[in-house]
Amino acid sequence: MIGRATLGTIAAAAAVTYALRAGGLLLAGRLPRGGPVRRAMEALPGAILVSLVAPSALKSGPAGLAAVALTAWLTLRTRNVFVAMAAGMAVVVVARRFGG
Amino acid sequence: MSALGWRMGFRANLPVAASVAAYGSVLGVLAAQKGLGWADVLLMDLMVFAGSSQFVMVDMWTSPLPTAAMAAAVGVINARYVLITATLRPLFEGRRILEKLFFVHFVADENWAVTMAARRQGGADLGHLWGGGVCLLGAWCLGTVAGVGFGAAVPDPEAWGLDFAFTAVFTALAVSLWRGSRRDGLPWLAAVAAACLGERLLPGTWYVLAGGLAGAVTAACLPDEGEGGRRG
Repeated sequence: MIGRATLGTIAAAAAVTYALRAGGLLLAGRLPRGGPVRRAMEALPGAILVSLVAPSALKSGPAGLAAVALTAWLTLRTRNVFVAMAAGMAVVVVARRFGG
Repeated sequence: MSALGWRMGFRANLPVAASVAAYGSVLGVLAAQKGLGWADVLLMDLMVFAGSSQFVMVDMWTSPLPTAAMAAAVGVINARYVLITATLRPLFEGRRILEKLFFVHFVADENWAVTMAARRQGGADLGHLWGGGVCLLGAWCLGTVAGVGFGAAVPDPEAWGLDFAFTAVFTALAVSLWRGSRRDGLPWLAAVAAACLGERLLPGTWYVLAGGLAGAVTAACLPDEGEGGRRG
């Protein structure tokens, strides 16, 4: 049902992706556990998240930045990720519909 | 690893899984246009399980299949996973190598972020990550296969802000990870600057690596907590 060429191509892409996933986890196990490396590893999750957010917020223009600010504020106020997410999306939808 | 953790992880990922499924249906439509069947798409979902790279694969799908070029493009887009799974070391502490090699496949951006934030608030184990991964993988498979068979659930996801669902969820979770300006102020500034610059200059999602590394290196250069003044 699935052709050989298709299977080979999917397998190649899967192997690359899996190697990246497993590579990060296994390599991190070999890093030192103290000092500057510990501080770097503890800061890394937050740094990755803001790196995912900032460019896409910037690309959505003023509405994107406003939506991110509202989402962050609502998260602090309500501690409800779903409410914060929905409000941010609403700002973007309204801006895209009526912002021209 | 607990069943309760698994259920909590599954549930915590449901809101963003709705967006994942909607995007899956769009991918299914594109894949069907390229002549891929539901079994091809399902196999790709299960084996690759990385949304944006699968969009690029389907986009590049021509006969004969450019296997090497596709694998290279997928590598560029998924390079961020090296950093993402590197942060999971504490979660995998004490696990056997086979467990690591199995569960690491279920790491996507969204369930990683949800689990890291839940951990900061006190409780999330490996089961939380896995439950979230199964939730997202299920939504992704359902969405893509439905897209192949029935067309897109939402023809224009951007008009409904569904692309922003990911940005919004990452924003909310970043707020939960904030450790105060003394520890995170400079690293996050460096990360934002490097990511925005990298997004213009680098291919794929290398900007995430640039931002993450800039933040991590900045944190490494800051004085340790309680050891004011010492530069490491």
